[in-house]
Amino acid sequence: MAEAASKQRKRPALRFLSPNEWRGLALISPALGYAVLMLAAPLLLVFLLSMWTQNYLDLDTTLTFANYREAITDPLYRLLMIRSIIISGIVTVVTVILAYPVAYFVAFYGGPRKSMWLLLITIPFWTSYLIRIFLWKVILGYNGVVNSSLLGLGLIEEPLTIILYNANAVVITLAHAWAPFAILPIYVALSRIDTSLLEAARDLGDGPVRRFFRVTLPLSMSGVVAATLIVFIPTVGDYVTPRLLGGTNGLMIANMIQIQFGKANNAPLGSALAVSAMVIVASISIAYVLLNRRFLKSRG
Amino acid sequence: MPSDTTSRDTLISIRNVEKHFGKVTALNGVSVDIREGEFFSLLGPSGCGKTTLLRMISGFEMPSAGDIHIGGEDMSEVPPNLRPTNMVFQSYAIFPHLTVAENVGYGLKKQRLAKAELAARVDEALALVDLDGYGTREPHALSGGQRQRVALARALIMKPKVLLLDEPLSALDKKLREAMQSELRHLQRTVGITFVLVTHDQEEALTMSDRIAVMFDGRISQLDTPEGIYKKPADQRVASFIGVMNFLPAQVTSASDRTLGIDVAALGKLSCPQDDRFAKGDKLKVGIRPEMLTIVYDGEKAEKNSVPAKVADIAYYGDMTYYDVVFGDGSHSASVSMRNTAGRPILPIGAMTRIRWGPESIVLLED
Amino acid sequence: MKSASPSLLTYAVIYLIFLYAPILLLPIFAFNDSAIIALPLSGFTFDWFYLLWETEALHQALYNSLTIAIITAVISTILGIFAARASARYDFPAKRGIVGFIMVPLVLPEIIVGVALLVVLVQLGLALSSWTVIIGHVLICTPFSIAILASAFRNLDISLEEASLDLGESQVGTFFRVILPLVTPGIISSLLIAFTISLDEFIIAFFLTGTDVTLPVYIWGQLRFPARLPSVMALGFLMVILSLMLLLTAEYFRRRANRLSGAADTDKGLF
Repeated sequence: MAEAASKQRKRPALRFLSPNEWRGLALISPALGYAVLMLAAPLLLVFLLSMWTQNYLDLDTTLTFANYREAITDPLYRLLMIRSIIISGIVTVVTVILAYPVAYFVAFYGGPRKSMWLLLITIPFWTSYLIRIFLWKVILGYNGVVNSSLLGLGLIEEPLTIILYNANAVVITLAHAWAPFAILPIYVALSRIDTSLLEAARDLGDGPVRRFFRVTLPLSMSGVVAATLIVFIPTVGDYVTPRLLGGTNGLMIANMIQIQFGKANNAPLGSALAVSAMVIVASISIAYVLLNRRFLKSRG
Repeated sequence: MPSDTTSRDTLISIRNVEKHFGKVTALNGVSVDIREGEFFSLLGPSGCGKTTLLRMISGFEMPSAGDIHIGGEDMSEVPPNLRPTNMVFQSYAIFPHLTVAENVGYGLKKQRLAKAELAARVDEALALVDLDGYGTREPHALSGGQRQRVALARALIMKPKVLLLDEPLSALDKKLREAMQSELRHLQRTVGITFVLVTHDQEEALTMSDRIAVMFDGRISQLDTPEGIYKKPADQRVASFIGVMNFLPAQVTSASDRTLGIDVAALGKLSCPQDDRFAKGDKLKVGIRPEMLTIVYDGEKAEKNSVPAKVADIAYYGDMTYYDVVFGDGSHSASVSMRNTAGRPILPIGAMTRIRWGPESIVLLED
Repeated sequence: MKSASPSLLTYAVIYLIFLYAPILLLPIFAFNDSAIIALPLSGFTFDWFYLLWETEALHQALYNSLTIAIITAVISTILGIFAARASARYDFPAKRGIVGFIMVPLVLPEIIVGVALLVVLVQLGLALSSWTVIIGHVLICTPFSIAILASAFRNLDISLEEASLDLGESQVGTFFRVILPLVTPGIISSLLIAFTISLDEFIIAFFLTGTDVTLPVYIWGQLRFPARLPSVMALGFLMVILSLMLLLTAEYFRRRANRLSGAADTDKGLF
């Protein structure tokens, strides 16, 4: 017979976290440790390096903001930075606007074939990035698919040159490359919408257009925000597309960063450019998220 | 009738157990002894703490305060895999990647039995739950009832001191549930293991259990045999949770050493055995089960414990008819159930009649 | 389900054609009997594939890439198993922040990852090699592995684990006898996806590769020589076929994982 007097359960000394919390932390720590060691620490070093100076083959480790001064004041770097952000901004807007109807279609009309549509949309993303980009050169080139077709149809007399080796080509190619990234977050947000809300709006007499702008769009805004960031942030730093299709007027900041680390052998300046780009992109992203939040709030 | 287990030893001793999840109190000082070989039920609405208590016996939750002993051993430092308990989960938790036989033999793997012996034990367990020959089946090909049997066999093969059942019948349809109730009861007598059942279904608890603990808000409101709980509910909540109960307001008019005189609304004055809970002038509620009220048909002799009433509504159940009747002045009503025997016509709505009751079938409940 | 809107359907189909347009050109030029990648087509040939067969440097690059991709897939899946289990099953302080930080490489421009690791390696005086590429690839593949595996772990009914413990099995035994078999399809899917990403990745490899170039870095070098382009087309065609097969296998296992754990198809495709 158990007749032990009841007692307050002893807790091991200094146990701030429950066993499950410890277990969770222990399990996540390898991935976290890896990210700290291979991402956070290197990024810190990049930041440090950006305040050093390259003297031909030697590094001067005196801390200075000279590289940042150069990165901001030099017209070429400034041009590349602004162009990167503008191109990336246009790519983002185009991609998201083109992607929304597809996400809408799959979420609301995909029926039992939803997974098939999503698979079809994602497949191109997994095929060789380099070759995909290069193929756009084939499509947009002087003797490319577009020009040959238009010439063959007699729509143009001379091959078009405005579609290759400039910013237009970069925009088209990037919009294509990042399409799945825009569709998926919007799709996820749309498929979470409770359809009874849409029916309620219909009952209240809203037409399809009003219903879309008053109910569907605001409710899927989280997906649109995610899509925007997922496309905008990485495309600012894209290297391959501007290099292959941008010509000289389509080069972007990543190309310059690579040059600094490579041919120019000025890693500190390259680091400063990389850090500046990250800071600018992060600021724009944060501002965008905050503005969006305020906008949604003001609409109640 | 439930077997007599009153003389048996305590197997599980739960003392002053509390459980707090953050600010929420799931159990608030629960003490109960569960005896060797009995079919014990924890009955209550969802959120009353019954599942938490069961998970503490199995070791999946630790008490915030208090002790649990099984077979005299303190369980506070014993993890679930080392406890002499096995559980039938609400979802059955059949391993989807293993066959029926692999599921049933899962827990024996540690014992490193010879292949033939393992197979024999598994066959024996499957036979116990009437699943002979199902060993090679895949779980997804089983019906809900069969999955439940696999879960039972998988737990019983471990020969636990206690079998814990977490709402095991809730996923089954009504017919199957009723069949499984008697089967579980039968199984428990065959194997002689202590069963602890968690359920929110009072009928399930009444038909299967030797004893029931009725729980509300993290406490045990009443611990008794099914008959005791049905006939003598401890309070109004238990009374209304178990079966149907009519409540009528009443007041104590006199109290002596041996009797209590009370005045019951609609029924009038009556005298009951003395009860410590009540003193003269106290207000209380009187509870009467619908089957303890009887309609007095024309031609039958009206006895002294009867009052006039009017039929307000009828629900016909084939073997039974339930009447909602309104007493005299119309301010009190009750539900009356009558067996539909030969020669008893169904009264129409609006019919005037008399209702008879027995003073011995009345329960006094604190207001 | 509502009936499909014809204009939306048309739009979606046109969009898909736009998505597939470049890839559909691959076989056309891979089999075209002309040294110039341009229309009009001239004739059918297998020559470019023979040329691939005879290019030793390509074989070395392919071998490097496969080695890197296999090691990357294994490491990032192992990291992913632990992290996904933590994120799907346990609560711990700063969980959102920690998981978010690990997932950062999903959105970080790859050039930043490349630059950051390059800086470290140069400062430490370490030589660039296949291992340095693997370090970078594990960084970008782990978030994908975590995403895939977290959904596999989340679909796992917790009462299955409890049942195993209840039947006397230890925590470790439960992991190997119940959890691992049930998330195996997710693990295979994660391995395949990480392998595919690593095999295709260019920028990080471009920054971190030593003398043993990877396949994309090799292709990048070839793009400068117009004469090599037709065989690059042929190579690209083979790579697309390979990616497609890996991808469909991964998708098959992902769905099987969902079916096994009894969860409805979450419809999230490969993300």
